[in-house]
Amino acid sequence: MHETFLLLTGWLPEPVQTVSWIMMKIVAILAPLMLCVAYFTFAERKIIGYIQTRVGPNRVGPRGWLQPIADSVKLMFKEIVVPSRSNRYLFLFAPILSLAPALAAWAVVPFSDTLVLANIDAGLLYVLALTSMGVYGVILAGWASNSKYAFLGAMRSAAQIVAYEIAMGFALVGVLMVAGSLNLHQIVTGQSGGFWQWYWLPLLPLLVVYFISGVAETNRAPFDVAEGESEIVAGFHVEYSGMGFAVFFLAEYANMILIAALTVLMFFGGWLPPLDVAPFTWLPGVFWFGAKTALVAFLFLWLRATFPRYRYDQIMRLGWKVLIPVTLVWIAVIGLGKFYTPLGFIFS
Amino acid sequence: MALNFRQLYKTFTLQELRKGMGVTGRQLLRKKTTIMYPEEKTPKSPRFRGLHALRRYPNGEERCIACKLCEAVCPALAITIDSEERDDGTRRTTRYDIDLFKCIYCGFCEEACPVDSIVMTDIHEFHMEENGERMVDKQHLLEIGDKYEAEIAAARKQDSPYR
Repeated sequence: MHETFLLLTGWLPEPVQTVSWIMMKIVAILAPLMLCVAYFTFAERKIIGYIQTRVGPNRVGPRGWLQPIADSVKLMFKEIVVPSRSNRYLFLFAPILSLAPALAAWAVVPFSDTLVLANIDAGLLYVLALTSMGVYGVILAGWASNSKYAFLGAMRSAAQIVAYEIAMGFALVGVLMVAGSLNLHQIVTGQSGGFWQWYWLPLLPLLVVYFISGVAETNRAPFDVAEGESEIVAGFHVEYSGMGFAVFFLAEYANMILIAALTVLMFFGGWLPPLDVAPFTWLPGVFWFGAKTALVAFLFLWLRATFPRYRYDQIMRLGWKVLIPVTLVWIAVIGLGKFYTPLGFIFS
Repeated sequence: MALNFRQLYKTFTLQELRKGMGVTGRQLLRKKTTIMYPEEKTPKSPRFRGLHALRRYPNGEERCIACKLCEAVCPALAITIDSEERDDGTRRTTRYDIDLFKCIYCGFCEEACPVDSIVMTDIHEFHMEENGERMVDKQHLLEIGDKYEAEIAAARKQDSPYR
């Protein structure tokens, strides 16, 4: 593909060629991703509606399918209000800082056996680093707004992320121990052999911890204290309007899809089909990856529609006193099981 | 510290959470009860209190005799009436204004009316676009009454055994 591209653009100077090739790769990942994010918001409204025995949005376009387009057009044309006593530059920079890591992390996500932008060896570390970056956008937004509600939301978010980041990291240490690699491609290939070979079974407690931390990390219900409507209005993004708000919105949903994709990669065999037999292997890996990601993303919405918000101290208790000890214990179980018992094959 | 093992088991198997998600999962598949409003509408009671109307007798004579009971009973002071003697010696209104923004749709005017002149129809889908449209005058109220007389009469008949 690169050769074809070089042939077509051979008349251009080399720097231009390089830059446009990079731009093409970015667009190839981000354009479908943005479409997914837009329709994920629609899916959220529809699914939560259905759970509440409503039908959800159904007026814009056939059965409401143009709703996300209408929403985004509306947000684009709204005025961006910058509060007078805010820090203008940080205020405008914060949404970007919150969206950029959510998008950049997709660079190492393998969509199928061959389809990956950068197959780097420290993929897992890179992902971990970038998912933690997102919180700076939230904190910066809260601080730069110069509003007490925004600041309170940001502080809550910061404390929550600190607690759940650790549990999340430890959960990934378990994956690392079992797979023996930080490379996402190798982590997935290590799970080949069908449904029962995927890491979800030996790492079940870590899967649960990782998913719960992921929900907390993305500030989604039932961990959405950063934007608790009843106490602090919209939390860190009270002062944002128009495109600034839209970017925060995009970041939240992009993060959710990213967490779903990572859960699939590390616990549900990425692009691998559930059974290694004929009808399943005919379908391309991208399909299986997409289908599994959609299922995990659906779980995010299901959780939101089911559970009431945690109280702040309950969040802290769950993070520090339940999730982190569980991961520590299970890491020890994996280590001992893998190297000191005859049952080591379970963990490899 | 006495450890309650059953409780711990329940916590770590996420039993309660799974039960809750089962409930919402079932709701997800249930038949939806939404009424598609402009296309579908829910039935209305014959006692529904919507937009006002002034009625006429079948011979075309307006019912209102300017007794001003409605004006007196109106808790929101939304009704304004002026009256004078007509050429045939009967007392009639020259002005009958209702301020729809003041009106609280309590229906006392209808109850107070000795000749069933002022009534509340079941029209609730109305709106104002210009400043001042909230004031409806006698002419307008009579027009509403003429237009919806069949419905108004039917609703009164249906409810008559209980009045």
